[in-house]
Amino acid sequence: MKLITAVIKPFKLDDVREALSEIGVTGITATEVKGFGRQKGHTELYRGAEYVVDFLPKIKLEIAIDDELLQSALDAITKSANTGKIGDGKIFVSELSEVIRIRTGESGAAAL
Amino acid sequence: MENQVIELAYALDTFYFLVLGAFVMWMAAGFAMLEAGLVRSKSTVEILTKNIALYSIACVMFMLMGYNIMYSGTDSTWWPFALDLLGSTDNSAADVIASGGDTYYSALSDFFFQVVFVAATMSIVSGAVAERMKLWSFLVFAVVMTGFIYPVQGFWKWGGGFLDAAGFSDFAGSGVVHMCGATAALAGVILLGARKGRYTPDGKVVAMPGANMPIATLGTFILWLGWFGFNGGSELMVSNVAEANAVALVFVNTNAAAAGGVIAALLTAKLMFGKADLSMTLNGALAGLVAITAEPLTPTPLLATIIGAIGGIIVVFSIVTLDKFKLDDPVGAISVHGTVGLWGLIAVVFSNGDASIGTQLYGALVIFAWTFIVSMITWFIIKLVMGIRVSEEDEMEGVDISECGMEAYPEFVNK
Repeated sequence: MKLITAVIKPFKLDDVREALSEIGVTGITATEVKGFGRQKGHTELYRGAEYVVDFLPKIKLEIAIDDELLQSALDAITKSANTGKIGDGKIFVSELSEVIRIRTGESGAAAL
Repeated sequence: MENQVIELAYALDTFYFLVLGAFVMWMAAGFAMLEAGLVRSKSTVEILTKNIALYSIACVMFMLMGYNIMYSGTDSTWWPFALDLLGSTDNSAADVIASGGDTYYSALSDFFFQVVFVAATMSIVSGAVAERMKLWSFLVFAVVMTGFIYPVQGFWKWGGGFLDAAGFSDFAGSGVVHMCGATAALAGVILLGARKGRYTPDGKVVAMPGANMPIATLGTFILWLGWFGFNGGSELMVSNVAEANAVALVFVNTNAAAAGGVIAALLTAKLMFGKADLSMTLNGALAGLVAITAEPLTPTPLLATIIGAIGGIIVVFSIVTLDKFKLDDPVGAISVHGTVGLWGLIAVVFSNGDASIGTQLYGALVIFAWTFIVSMITWFIIKLVMGIRVSEEDEMEGVDISECGMEAYPEFVNK
């Protein structure tokens, strides 16, 4: 099992969720985060004082996924979150050693 | 029949004082919302507490001693001290009729109209010292300001004291209210110091954006509405054709000046910074209102617009200049009410032939000197006794937690 962590632009959340539903993903956790990569941020102005906003609002998605679905999930996210402009985000894939469904106590692939 | 008319006029003018006084009271909500919107979320509860508490302190102190200091009618034109609790008796119908209409309003309605002005003066201070002053130190200052500092200089002009005798002209208080409040704020800001991290050692100004622009805008509109009471009510009478027309003109000029201030500040900010700045635009509206407050009756509406517009330009420059002097004023109160208050006093001479620039400046200087010196002494004593500034950790965590133990937006992630 794998854990997909995807940082995307906030307004892409609905598109990504729909794309993941279509390939059979049934659970997503979303958090509001701030971040930057090579996109530098922007300058804002308040009462004559300029300041650089380095950290831009993003949405972080965490999806626990079966190895079989991994590649189609990665493709779905990459396609739906893409705008072609800098700041589209990144996807991280890590090993997931255990998954448990709290209500029933199921574990492993059955809990996904 | 004539008696009925006299009584009716009395009732109308009393009603006028009461309703327009209520409009000025509503400005307390305006200040509260404006300030809440322009400070950071971690300072919001504290500033709201200050606003409602200072209003209440003003009401009590003015009732206990301030009103009689200001309107004692003593012979002294310099020192008007008369400790005398506000009574509850008022003019009787017989008195009013016997006066032939010279007594034309309820004594208590006059108190009511005046007390809301004290509160307005005091609330000017709360924005300038926001985010780093101890709550209770501020409230102690409020007791002194509303019970003593404001009433004494108020007496010198509106109570018939020496400034009035000298011909100093201030219709609704560009000097007595706005400059006075701003001066007390300036003394506080000087002694208090800037918010931590606001000015870097190499002279850069660090932006600390306000938490809630919609609330700040709402506050500005509320103040704008309240100002019709502030200026309109200061005509002090509405019950005949001449007075009614005067009140109408005052309303129109007040509105026009605010509009001029908005447009001028909006354009000035755009030219200076490259983009429209909402917070400057809001300050511009208030600057326009302050600018016309010294004389909203004699200008034409066009002149009032221009006077307000000049106020809107001045306020933007003043805000930037205060930052250059490292005088940290989170809401621009000193600029809106002080710098433009002075402009308002000067602008009187453009339409009021009875005023002279020399007397206006004299009045401004007297109000400034009295308020600054006594305020500075008061702030200093408070600092010695209980301190005026919160600790650095408390400031970083937010005065809402340290002074009030409460968050303004507990369900939102803050900082």
